[in-house]
Amino acid sequence: MRVQLFATCLIDTFYPETGEAVVKLLKHMGVEVAFPREQTCCGKPPNSGGHAKQARKAAEHFISVFKGSDPVVIPSGSCASMVKNHYPEMFHDNHRMFQAATELASRTFELSQFLVHVLHAHEQGFVGNRKITYHASCQLTRELGVREEPIQLIRSIEGAEFCPMPSADRCCGFGGVFMAKLPEVSMALADEKLDTILESGADTVTGCDHGCLMNISDAVKRRGVSVDVKHLAVILAEGLK
Amino acid sequence: MNKNQAPVSFKSNAANALNNPSLRTAMRNITSTFGKKRVDAIGDNPFEEWRERASEIRMDVLNNIGEYVDMFSKNATKAGAVVHRAKDSSIACDIVASLLKDYGADKVVKSKSMISEEIHLNAYLEKEGIKVVETDLGEYIIQIAGETPSHIIVPAIHKSRQQVGQLFCEKLGCEFTDDPTTLTKTAKKILREEFITAPAAISGSNFAIAETGSISLVTNEGNGRMVTTLPPLHIAITAIEKILPKLSDLALFLRLLPRSATGQVLTSYFSLITGVRKEADSTGAKHLHIVLLDNGRSEIVKSDCKEILKCIRCGACMNVCPVYGMIGGHAYDSTYPGPMGVILSAVLNGLERAHPLLDASTLCGACSDVCPVKVPLAKLINRLREIKVENGLAPELESIGMWGFGAAAKHPKLFELGQKAANAAWPIARLLDKQTVDRLPKPVPVSFKRRVL
Ligand code: SF4
Repeated sequence: MRVQLFATCLIDTFYPETGEAVVKLLKHMGVEVAFPREQTCCGKPPNSGGHAKQARKAAEHFISVFKGSDPVVIPSGSCASMVKNHYPEMFHDNHRMFQAATELASRTFELSQFLVHVLHAHEQGFVGNRKITYHASCQLTRELGVREEPIQLIRSIEGAEFCPMPSADRCCGFGGVFMAKLPEVSMALADEKLDTILESGADTVTGCDHGCLMNISDAVKRRGVSVDVKHLAVILAEGLK
Repeated sequence: MNKNQAPVSFKSNAANALNNPSLRTAMRNITSTFGKKRVDAIGDNPFEEWRERASEIRMDVLNNIGEYVDMFSKNATKAGAVVHRAKDSSIACDIVASLLKDYGADKVVKSKSMISEEIHLNAYLEKEGIKVVETDLGEYIIQIAGETPSHIIVPAIHKSRQQVGQLFCEKLGCEFTDDPTTLTKTAKKILREEFITAPAAISGSNFAIAETGSISLVTNEGNGRMVTTLPPLHIAITAIEKILPKLSDLALFLRLLPRSATGQVLTSYFSLITGVRKEADSTGAKHLHIVLLDNGRSEIVKSDCKEILKCIRCGACMNVCPVYGMIGGHAYDSTYPGPMGVILSAVLNGLERAHPLLDASTLCGACSDVCPVKVPLAKLINRLREIKVENGLAPELESIGMWGFGAAAKHPKLFELGQKAANAAWPIARLLDKQTVDRLPKPVPVSFKRRVL
């Protein structure tokens, strides 16, 4: 099987090690990973900021880059939801683009979705020794309806312990442009999220969105506690059997 | 509608609210309690089916608003009420004030009504020399404190019982106590006297029934019933979108509203009022006037934000909103706070004033998920952000930045250049917005793309 990887601009710019983990993970499962070199950003930042024209430019580019019939795998709930849910909406006034967007949406997967539903990676399992809590990011949970998949994957790590946090699907306060628009509120929300992370008793917090993880990392840094903040792909890649 | 006001100072209001520890505690307690009670009250009920049906009914009303308003007016008139149509706030206030004067009322008791807050009725009446007494306990508290509601269901949610105790002590001259039962008793005693002596009453209406011309009140304190049965004159103010087509529709909405609002399976009191007191009736007002407020709604039903008018004012969206839960309702400086408030403020007061409120959302979508009538709140906030940008209300620097982003998203080379520049220019970016930049990791010198290819 071959997939096309969309790395997301956050991973591309800030977290290349997560991108490498995704590639390692998929290859280990026998998947051939293509990386369309013309890829840029899905357009989520201008989209959520209300800059529809700019978001549309990004979407048009994305649709033209991720052609063919191979599935598109995205290690981010919010970017995956952008492609799966928002692209078709954006082009409701243009039949040709709407069809292209709908077709693309149907073969686009968020990483944990792909790992569980297509590769059944949770059946094969992983190894590790972390105490892991999971932050359920907003678009992943509410727009894509991916609630159980990341937890299934975490639970399949032999030797690791899953420590649920209270209100796991409460927003961490990242919100894209929100973090810059209302920084004090954003930080206060991340602080509350950190409270629940610590309450869980875990030594590691994971999630499927680097936006949230970035905001959580900052809260961890500001408070000076020792909690590892890792994308789920990184945890799974380090625990490959 | 006053569309030419200065923008709400939302950013600084929010920052100030964060620095108010007692507000933080109050908000944390109450928003988490309501959230949990709501989930319990919904239990195994087919909530999705209910809200789907409720949404359809509300959409039907909005799609045929003209017909339903006429039907309601005709049937309410037939039942003995006098129906007044008010195009905007000042006309509505004027109608109410004139009615009170015509009936020689210099005092009026009120049950909770957000529409009266929307049109700033109390201030108007006080200016006309009419004494207004709020009889919902929360409303009474904020009235004597000289404040505005910070939540549409629980107006005094921002106050701790110690603060209420102090307030009663100061304003009512009673001894300090923070025991809620004693405080309630104190208020009850004062209010009972007001009920008995008031010549007139004002209420809102949770739902208005087109088929029968009835209005209805959903309350927990029974004050709504006192208000609408004791005084001889009853003026109900409601907005045109609050209509439901049929009496039988109420069953569904009475299941949804208390569960969504306070996590109750049933409301404590429900009053359905059809016309004036009949000869055989032992209670009820002799004169019933219904003021139907438009205030821009006839235009809103034609706009992209039409669906906000499906709202049944349950408050569930604010109870789950992370931003509202952090800063409370006053920071919005608007009649309606929280997610529904952001949208209503924008469409009722205009973007000139309300556009900063559009920042009050992480677009997390928790609001859209709980709304009992499926108002797509996050989507509407996002749409309003687009309208804000289209109207040139976004900060210039942001628009330039996003334009550059759009250009780079289309041109991979430019995009890469941007990434490299970000790495090199990080110290400069830090000078521009230290607060944000310090929360981000530094861009890596070699992007993932470079590494993988
Ligand atoms: S928008 Fe929905 S959730 Fe919010 S107050 Fe209205 S009905 Fe309730």
